[in-house]
Amino acid sequence: MAIIDPVIEITGLTTRFGSHIIHENIDLTVYKGEILALVGGSGSGKTTLLRQMLGLVTPAQGSVRILGARRYDCGREEQRKLRTRSGVLFQQGALFSALTVFENVALPLREMRTLCEGTIRELVMLKLGMVGVEAQHARKMPAELSGGMVKRVALARALALDPELLFLDEPTAGLDPALSEGFVDLVRSLREELALTVIMVTHDLDTLVAISDRVAVLADRRIVALGPIPEIITIDHPFITAFFGGMRGRNALRALQQH
Amino acid sequence: MPSDLAAGNNSRYRLVTTAAGDTLLQLTGSFTLTSLDRSFPTVTKELAKLASQSDASSLHWDLTDVSQLDYAGAVMLWRIWGEQRPAHLLLRPEQERMFLRLEKSVSLPEQPRRILFLPISMLGKQLLRFLDHLTGMITLSGQIVLDLFFLMTHPGRIPAREISANLYRTGAQALGITAVVGFLIGIVLSYLTSEQLHMFGADIYIVNILGMSIIRELGPMLAAILVAGRSGSAMTAQLGVMRVTEELDALTVMGIPHSMRLVLPKIIGLGIALPLIVLWTSAIALLGGLVAAELQIGLSIHYALTALPDTVPIANLWLGLGKGMVCGMTIALIACHFGLRIKPNTESLGEGTTNSVVTSITAVILIDAIFAVAFSNIGIRIAS
Repeated sequence: MAIIDPVIEITGLTTRFGSHIIHENIDLTVYKGEILALVGGSGSGKTTLLRQMLGLVTPAQGSVRILGARRYDCGREEQRKLRTRSGVLFQQGALFSALTVFENVALPLREMRTLCEGTIRELVMLKLGMVGVEAQHARKMPAELSGGMVKRVALARALALDPELLFLDEPTAGLDPALSEGFVDLVRSLREELALTVIMVTHDLDTLVAISDRVAVLADRRIVALGPIPEIITIDHPFITAFFGGMRGRNALRALQQH
Repeated sequence: MPSDLAAGNNSRYRLVTTAAGDTLLQLTGSFTLTSLDRSFPTVTKELAKLASQSDASSLHWDLTDVSQLDYAGAVMLWRIWGEQRPAHLLLRPEQERMFLRLEKSVSLPEQPRRILFLPISMLGKQLLRFLDHLTGMITLSGQIVLDLFFLMTHPGRIPAREISANLYRTGAQALGITAVVGFLIGIVLSYLTSEQLHMFGADIYIVNILGMSIIRELGPMLAAILVAGRSGSAMTAQLGVMRVTEELDALTVMGIPHSMRLVLPKIIGLGIALPLIVLWTSAIALLGGLVAAELQIGLSIHYALTALPDTVPIANLWLGLGKGMVCGMTIALIACHFGLRIKPNTESLGEGTTNSVVTSITAVILIDAIFAVAFSNIGIRIAS
């Protein structure tokens, strides 16, 4: 796989909440077609970094370039294009509770205002089929769905516009092992199929080991390690040793070696 | 020798006649949602026209030249083909996979038909909903009475902190808005009536009119309606959000009953706060009216205040305060009833809050009417 084009370039990013500094001078580049995982302890600012990439939070300093465009000060048209080229899966799904499953996935397609109703219907059912949601659930309201189902519908919505860039915030949190394994397989096959670039925040070691190409470790306000997992685990840093060196970490890594 | 017949929109396709005499439609360029963007409908139309012009069985589709194809593009073609593969189709392996997936995709199940617009069923539904709310409200007030009995025997469990918090939120924080509205209404009332009375030389009766109307009717009503809009909606929304965030369930599993910890303090709090606000609003409105009268017809405030006890029997004040208490408790009860019924979604939250405010304002006016009829011979001096 030719990994050359940078999709996201973060340079000199500093985040402050009041006097509390979250990130200090972070540089990070994400390349086309890779799955990059952001890991770090609680409160290390993983989700904040993700939200900055999404343009929901503006950092105190530094710049974020997404698909060649500046995230915070590009024109309205460019912003719109950016938003159609990236999909987001929020931690809690963030499905619109007043809309049915079908309408939730159809919403981004409707917003394009170029697709006819028949095409939208076909695309929505296709995306729902992709993430393994049966047709009978399409008319349900989000409140009637189980946690795993909400995640899958949210993923279908994130994929509705065939984005090049997919952001996943804790994609497997709250799913049982079988479901999260299914979810990992799903993301992996969708990545192959749709040539996605995926940025995900996760705590789940199994997910991390199973699908990430590179891992960025956030600790002490900066990225202390960046690279594939075999490289990461050789780095001597208290957080990394604690994260990968524990029982669960060793188990997950053993699985990696067996691959 | 192939010959180009047509080249389309930004050369997205080429129509070629092959040596064998077949028509070959070669698609080129990128067929994705972002690259097609606004030209999506026109490209769809053009391709559909081409497809319908030529005989479906002899038209060859060639997608191997397409640089990028996403599902939006694939669905567009799929629909042009009439939801099936054309007889002659050339695909790259990854495109093959996309169309395989499209073939497997199922269609949206039909919505079960509902008879929504039949007026009789609508009416029946409304009536049932009304009865449902009524029983719900009666159940809730019954529960509150039971809680009160429980608290009488266990005085240590009285939620004093919650009551005091509600008193502050619904009472103290409402003083500003009720004062402004009361003062202005007093001015308006006095301004309009003083001129009329002046025509008959009955200037001093402004005290009767202001005193009776404000203390007996306007003060309590203004305060109650303002509080219904202000505190009633806040109570409903608070309970509703607690439902959405599962805080209500958390309380239940901790063995803390909603009715005693959430509903009762609100009812008692507003039951105490509203009479006090009524007193405050009436006083300010009266002040506003008398100031306006002084400026308009030169009626001295000192005279007006000394004449007030003679013209307005004290029973009117008690009536106003009583109305305030009943209205306050009703508003809190209605707000809590609607709040507890909110389902965990945003639409239900909005709907519940609206219903709560509308119902409580209606209830306030209903209570006022009942008071007016029931106490028609109290506090009113009839000229003999």
